[in-house]
Amino acid sequence: MKYIDEYRDADRARRLAEAIRRTATRGWSIMEICGGQTHAIIRFGIDEALPPSLRLIHGPGCPVCVTPIEIIDKAVALASRPEVIFCSFGDMLRVPGSEKDLLTVKSEGGDVRVVYSPIDAVNLAREHADRQVVFFAIGFETTAPANAMAVTMAAKLALKNFSVLVSHVLVPPAMRAVLDSPLNQVQGFLAAGHVCTITGIDEYRPLAEQYKVPIVVTGFEPLDILQGILMCVKQLEEGRFEVENQYARSVRPEGNRPALRQVRKVFQVVPRKWRGIGEIPQSGLALRPEYGPFDADERFALKQITAEEPAECIAGEVLQGHRKPHDCPAFGIRCSPENPLGAPMVSSEGACAAYYRYRRQKGKRRT
Amino acid sequence: MCLGVPGKVVEVYSRDDLPMGKVEFGGILKDVCLVYTPEAEVGQYVLVHVGFAISRIDEAEAEEIFSYFRQIDEAEEASETSREGLP
Repeated sequence: MKYIDEYRDADRARRLAEAIRRTATRGWSIMEICGGQTHAIIRFGIDEALPPSLRLIHGPGCPVCVTPIEIIDKAVALASRPEVIFCSFGDMLRVPGSEKDLLTVKSEGGDVRVVYSPIDAVNLAREHADRQVVFFAIGFETTAPANAMAVTMAAKLALKNFSVLVSHVLVPPAMRAVLDSPLNQVQGFLAAGHVCTITGIDEYRPLAEQYKVPIVVTGFEPLDILQGILMCVKQLEEGRFEVENQYARSVRPEGNRPALRQVRKVFQVVPRKWRGIGEIPQSGLALRPEYGPFDADERFALKQITAEEPAECIAGEVLQGHRKPHDCPAFGIRCSPENPLGAPMVSSEGACAAYYRYRRQKGKRRT
Repeated sequence: MCLGVPGKVVEVYSRDDLPMGKVEFGGILKDVCLVYTPEAEVGQYVLVHVGFAISRIDEAEAEEIFSYFRQIDEAEEASETSREGLP
């Protein structure tokens, strides 16, 4: 496919890896933010093509992974109600709640449906006026415009049977949390290209300046990631800490203005709890008060649910890059995609799932 | 989750007052909302996420990486020439 195949060219990938080897005179630790990038890195063996002194740290950019357990429990409670059609992206179905996951609710007779787009959920509400349709609105800045449009459509159609369970999160506050951690080892970032397609790159400049870290907005194919690493290593070697854009075929400096306008109309910035990390100030989105009638939390009075994370899962440390999936004693033994202890083993963007799928047979790797 | 797939706009139309497009991904057609990429025209490529186009792919910028290889080539040639030039 155009704009995919040419960015997977093995010969060019080797040449970029060679350029990185020539450029790096010492060890550096670079975090790729997005779980989609983590999967590409592990799947294509990009980390293994780099000099051993160059370390890639996998970041928290997996919305499925960082959705707190009490939100999963709320989803399970909603999906178990007989009047509810619960709509979600497929990734969320196997994420363990305190007692069960959404797939179990479905097997027990709950009406849980996987949708491709939030608009599909709005259309289900139009077709099933006698049922309550709840859409699980999770995601980063990339997904917020689509979810904002679904709520706008429902408001315009005056739908009384559509609501959203919102657990939206924002990337820059999470980067700040990573950098503020006393355990932080990250010296440069590959920022998430699709998040920045929406937000633009300006909000990353204060981060780069304050923490003196280079930030390279990067795409998702092997050549993108290798070029992003090369740009980041060059900055590190030259002592620069700028925001650069490797993914300019999609990312404009100002972002996607119509999308940002729609997001600001429907959502407001709030503190948000991240699974395994804890509450991060100003790190999430919630519906503005005028869209309260579409808030599943309000409609079904769900506010009282609280829950604890399973003790054995080290997801929080994996999500902040302090430990690798292989470092977990449960990895591949008591935790697998079929029987996950934590969300990073479930999601198609989770670091644990990537290591399980592509690295399980190879044994431990360098960290 | 933040997966974005590039596809070619083959038709534009309107549904529920929203600009929509038929977008082709390797032979498969999907209905995509174009409300956030009003500039996208038939024949152009858009990046699609959960049923919404989030950007129009800039063809000139997409070529940048390949000109990067030409620069690497030139740099390699130049360094080889300078090595050859050493006594």
